[in-house]
Amino acid sequence: MHMLRRDKKEEEEGGGNPFNNLDKTTVLQEARLFNETPINPRKCGMILTKLLYMINQGDQTIGSTEATEAFFAMTKLFQSKDPTLRRLMYMGIKDMSKIANDVIIVTSSLMKDMTGRDDQFRGPAIRALCSITDTTMLQSIERYMKQAIVDKCHAVASAALVSSLHLSKTSMDITKRWVNEAQEAVSSDNIMVQYHALGLLHHLRKHDKLAVTKLVSRFSKHSLKSPYAYCLLIRIASKLIEDEDTGTESQMYDFIESCLRHKSEIVIYEAAHAMINMKGVTAKELAPAVSVLQLFCSSPKPTLRFAAVRTLNRVAMKHPAAVTACNLDLENLITDSNRSIATLAITTLLKTGSESSVDRLMKQISSFMSEISDEFKIVVVQAIQSLCLKYPRKHGVMMNFLSSMLREEGGFEYKKAIVDSIITIIEDNSEAKEAGLAHLCEFIEDCEHTVLATRILHLLGREGPRTPTPSKYIRFIYNRVILENAAVRAAAVTAMAKFGAHCDELLDSCVVLLERCELDSDDEVRDRATFYVRVLKERQKALNSAYILNGLQVSVVGLERALHHYTLEPSDKPFDMKTVPLATQPITEQRTTPGKEPGDISTSKPSDKLASSRQDVYAEQLSAIPEFANLGPLFKSSSIPVELTESETEYVVRCIKHTYSRYMVFQFDCTNTLNDQVLEKVTVAMESSDGFDVMKYIPCASLPYDTPGTAYTLVRLPEDDPTNVTGTFSCTLKFIVKDCDPNTGEADDEGYDDEYVLEDVDVVVGDHVQKVMKPNFGASWDEVGPDNELEDTFALSTMKTLEDAVKNIIQYLGLQPCERSDKVPEGKSSHTLYLAGVFRGGHDALVRSKLAMTDSGVTMQLTVRSTDPNVSDVLVSAIG
Amino acid sequence: MGGLISYFSGLFGSKERRILILGLDGAGKTTILYRLQVGEVVTTIPTIGFNVETVQYKNLKFQVWDLGGQTSIRPYWRCYYSNTDAIIYVVDSMDRDRIGISKQELFSMLEEEELKKATLVVFANKQDIEGAMTVSEVANALGLTNIKTNKYQIFKTSAIKGVGLDEAMEWLSTTLTQTK
Repeated sequence: MHMLRRDKKEEEEGGGNPFNNLDKTTVLQEARLFNETPINPRKCGMILTKLLYMINQGDQTIGSTEATEAFFAMTKLFQSKDPTLRRLMYMGIKDMSKIANDVIIVTSSLMKDMTGRDDQFRGPAIRALCSITDTTMLQSIERYMKQAIVDKCHAVASAALVSSLHLSKTSMDITKRWVNEAQEAVSSDNIMVQYHALGLLHHLRKHDKLAVTKLVSRFSKHSLKSPYAYCLLIRIASKLIEDEDTGTESQMYDFIESCLRHKSEIVIYEAAHAMINMKGVTAKELAPAVSVLQLFCSSPKPTLRFAAVRTLNRVAMKHPAAVTACNLDLENLITDSNRSIATLAITTLLKTGSESSVDRLMKQISSFMSEISDEFKIVVVQAIQSLCLKYPRKHGVMMNFLSSMLREEGGFEYKKAIVDSIITIIEDNSEAKEAGLAHLCEFIEDCEHTVLATRILHLLGREGPRTPTPSKYIRFIYNRVILENAAVRAAAVTAMAKFGAHCDELLDSCVVLLERCELDSDDEVRDRATFYVRVLKERQKALNSAYILNGLQVSVVGLERALHHYTLEPSDKPFDMKTVPLATQPITEQRTTPGKEPGDISTSKPSDKLASSRQDVYAEQLSAIPEFANLGPLFKSSSIPVELTESETEYVVRCIKHTYSRYMVFQFDCTNTLNDQVLEKVTVAMESSDGFDVMKYIPCASLPYDTPGTAYTLVRLPEDDPTNVTGTFSCTLKFIVKDCDPNTGEADDEGYDDEYVLEDVDVVVGDHVQKVMKPNFGASWDEVGPDNELEDTFALSTMKTLEDAVKNIIQYLGLQPCERSDKVPEGKSSHTLYLAGVFRGGHDALVRSKLAMTDSGVTMQLTVRSTDPNVSDVLVSAIG
Repeated sequence: MGGLISYFSGLFGSKERRILILGLDGAGKTTILYRLQVGEVVTTIPTIGFNVETVQYKNLKFQVWDLGGQTSIRPYWRCYYSNTDAIIYVVDSMDRDRIGISKQELFSMLEEEELKKATLVVFANKQDIEGAMTVSEVANALGLTNIKTNKYQIFKTSAIKGVGLDEAMEWLSTTLTQTK
């Protein structure tokens, strides 16, 4: 339906736009008319407009030969003095300068216009000229550019300044010589010229931090006339504060603070905005910024009100208390005639308001929800989500509200935001689970987005079986099998199999339903159904857990590579899943924690992706080193490099530990911070008394100044005693020093041996364990069985709270908390923590840790199950 | 339709004639253009690309294109050949070293189909400088007698002093009005 509506809209628009459905060939054909004399300015202008429209639409690419031909034809129009046509030509030159060849042909003509008498041509001519000029040609127009920068006509000076800024991207060496002219232009009495000149000055010096600092302190004293220049100065100043991490101490901050009392609103706003976005700013320091925004809230100008409330909204995410002072003003904005302002006001209030005001505000929002755009609806959804996490008791109201929003019209992003919010709330608040699942079930009954439907089905498969009445979800799921597309059907089949695997009483019905799916028209659906039916009919808990409830735990990239490798080298041995590296960051763990802001989620997602692929990158780098080629698959790389030196020393060394099944590789990333030395044959010598043998050193051949290099040390793990996994190494950096000339980097021929003592490197249990998420811990617990179970009780006297204990145990064992057991419910005196992972060598390791608060600290009963007895031993003794 | 328009405009005597000023770099083309247009000597810099101006001579209007003469720009001359009524070919009479190159450029230009009907006027420029080649020397060096297809005439000029330009334009106007 969505599509349909849009098509209709497009049709309507098509009637009004004479440039719709332009054909490239026709337009280029028409452009030949430019060659004819005499010129008809009106007609040529029309054709040129078409050409420009087409280039800017970008859907029909013009080849460089065609473009060049059209461009040369266009140059003929220089004989016409028609002002409209001439200005169109300037645009044409700029737009075609990147696609046509030999565009320098118009240089002389543009230079004539730029120095001519007609001011309305001069600015545009400068812009066009700079767009066709490259570094080699720039020298020939340099003199004219310098003159234009200080021209008394403001439009000309601005055009020259802005063009210089663009030219700096490629020809910084030349534009740097124009600093004096730019200086002169800063003192112009025109606000735009002053702004542009300051922009150029900053740009020319931006790599020289000292010069930028001087620039700011100079102009912050001698008062600038232009409010825009002030805004720019504020931005430069706040960037400096951020880069140098000086915070509120620096005089830059004083400058920004003083701008709060400037007479121009735009400057005041910019200053407030800068202060609010400063890192680590406290609520108290925010107070003056918030109070100017508060004043703006009652301004008659809608733009000011909008800016103020939008910024306050941002503040409310981090410092809700700082905004409470504005609550009264925000209340007044709820009824603002501008819906965007009203929405932001309400969502801000939702963040700052008290629990009692929630109901009232929600009522207020629903009254105009249908009148605002999707973008703002998403803002509302996010506000509700964070509110729900803040006041878990209010989940009933919120959940109802979200579900009614889900029923309304809206685009994918909007629906996705709602579904995300509901899922987050369910995961955070177990009381909201049933209601949330019911709303989502209802939603998938009529959901046009495959991605959302499959996501919800996955969630149902995970959470549904563990609710008091799992049977009621089956109907919703099976309806999908009948009514939906193949992707959703496949997801539904998987979800259904999970119910069968988890709930004995539903097993037979699920098998019947799954057997029906074996006749599906889609391969994937059939395959899944057949597979699940076979597994379920075995009626073995272990199989159910391994193949249905807790799926694959390997890294997909790694699996692909391993399979590819396997097919390349045919062998009789079956493919071994244990050789595949594990997924380092389980995807299911990307949920929001209450402390996180909705705004932060988007930034944390890419970094998660980075982490999961980082190990793959390491694996590739290490396998490229011949000495490490036969170590087997890389099991784990430590995530955060350990610093082995102080940060400001001669040499900086960081260590990353890579664990293989029988070896460890220590990667030392070294940086030489002395510019008069070149280090050669750099190794890190390691010594240990714990039974670890150093096998090999791979030196870094040469380490010049400020260029990071890497040395490796290969260590064999103790073999006689499999439970001996931890130890400490003393490390020494050994190398040959050669003195060198700091300027040329040329080193002496002769060098001498030297060493440098580094911090010790510890090998801990966590280095041998990879985190693995078991979505259904109970099933895995049964699957592994009690054969290698070990149990012990500990008194953790140093832990003062359950949260502390949980945090420390997770960190120490390096295992993945499951079933969200890392969250300790408030006010409880006992808690059970479930941890899962895989030990080096591919052995599953599961830990159940029962914690109880006592007078003397926390008491823990630790139960470990593993597929290998030694692993259980190692884990239990790790705590002691 | 194009024919019709030119017929009418011919009747009123206001049809613009299209003239190209060509020649090696530094021959004085831009100086000649502005001498013709405003009657003054302007300071010029090497032309990157072209200058185009409308020049009124008596009752005739010329649209004069002055194309840059540097080696890198010469290949683009051909882009501006079509519909050309006359070519003013400027030679630096002091530049004995490059007169050969000038000749080559002249003849490769005259071979172009689009210029077969164009009238050629050669300016032996910079005659004000002592030791310059005479008109006949220039004519010989260029091998003008080998030109078969085009009407041509050579004039001794000095753009700086304003010598010879009037005569040349007079001859050009007469020739162009006769052809139409």
